[in-house]
Amino acid sequence: MMKENNSAPAKMNLLLSPEDSQRTLSPYVTGTSVVGIKYKDGILMAADMGGSYGSTLRYKSVERMKSVGKHSLIGASGEISDFQELLRYLDDLILYDNMWDDGNSLGPKEVHNYLTRVMYNRRNKFDPLWSSLVLGGVKNGKKYLGTVNMIGVHYEDDHLATGFGNHLARPILRDEWKEDLSFEEGVKLLEKCMRVLLYRDRSAVNKLQIAKITEEGVKVYDPYSLKTFWNFKAFQNPTVGAEGSW
Amino acid sequence: MSKEMRMSPYTEQMADKAVMAFSGFQADVRALQKHLSARHLIYQHQHNKQMSCPAMAQLLSTTLYFKRFFPYYAFNVLGDLDSHGKGCVFTYDAVGSYERVGYSSQGSGGTLIMPFLDNQLKSPSPLFQLNEYYLYNIDMHDQDAVTPLSEAEAIDLVKTCFASASERDIYTGDKLEMVVLNASGIRHEFMDLRKD
Repeated sequence: MMKENNSAPAKMNLLLSPEDSQRTLSPYVTGTSVVGIKYKDGILMAADMGGSYGSTLRYKSVERMKSVGKHSLIGASGEISDFQELLRYLDDLILYDNMWDDGNSLGPKEVHNYLTRVMYNRRNKFDPLWSSLVLGGVKNGKKYLGTVNMIGVHYEDDHLATGFGNHLARPILRDEWKEDLSFEEGVKLLEKCMRVLLYRDRSAVNKLQIAKITEEGVKVYDPYSLKTFWNFKAFQNPTVGAEGSW
Repeated sequence: MSKEMRMSPYTEQMADKAVMAFSGFQADVRALQKHLSARHLIYQHQHNKQMSCPAMAQLLSTTLYFKRFFPYYAFNVLGDLDSHGKGCVFTYDAVGSYERVGYSSQGSGGTLIMPFLDNQLKSPSPLFQLNEYYLYNIDMHDQDAVTPLSEAEAIDLVKTCFASASERDIYTGDKLEMVVLNASGIRHEFMDLRKD
């Protein structure tokens, strides 16, 4: 009797060492899609401000796009706390780079490369940062738009999206994106994507931010809402015409 | 592999005349390719020449086997020219077993393509001719390649293979990239798939 009582906690300690409990085994507060595109003068990015606790929309003013150094903009979906930890890493990186005081600064390509290393190394430790990231930037007239996810898969493209955005926004972008979009056209295109996401992605909220990065620097615009229309007949009585089996 | 990255290459040029194509886990493959390019750069600095194709093939094998108990989830095909200028293909598994063959195909569509290639190239076994080469030390120079096709025929065959694979394999993408490697250099060709 005594022996059994003693062996149980010992076994527990072997299985659940303190180290294990530090890992993100499943995300808690998550953000949904980020969409990013190249346009004439740089990169445009859009993300809503929802922070879901499971399927509960727990937070409604989470900023998911931040500037990194002088030339980069990062947008994140997935675990919000992991994103915030990542931002601390990036702060250290930029600060250390700045302390050389040599007039050089890390561009978007370097920051993206750093992120891919961090993400891939963490997945190799079976301790991933639970995020999908989009990184945009402009340096020396070169536009850059790349993505990384929690297991370290990374690539560049002219337009990118994370999560649901890959299913709902990217087909639109493949049809309508072009190289020399003006700022207004770019915002319009992003709004079109975000509206589809708002209608179809249950964890999206109608409060979004748009951010741009050009040679002049980063600007994250104030949050606003999209106009929606819910008065379609099919919405008002969705079961009409669908008789069902019983 | 998802179809998020429709325009990302699945091939990487390793040396002047060596190309590696992959299927598997993209992040592992990129890490592997980065490692190999670094090793190749060191080799060039130490020996002042490009790595030969058997050397590159062996390096890839040992690099993969080094991670035998936490493997790179990467399935590679290495295409190269040997010292006679003849094409050679090396095919690998994730832990570094490798073999020189006349033709190879891997990935989710690989299981559909491979038997078709076996049939079309009329080779009872891709090993057959190579075994003669190894056992009786016949110089490959005097012998036909394992796949006796002209360049145009070979390209056509590859196109047919991928068009066919895309009929049944949902993971075969929208675009095919072919790398043509011969004595005069390296060339990339593209073909759209799934246009119907």
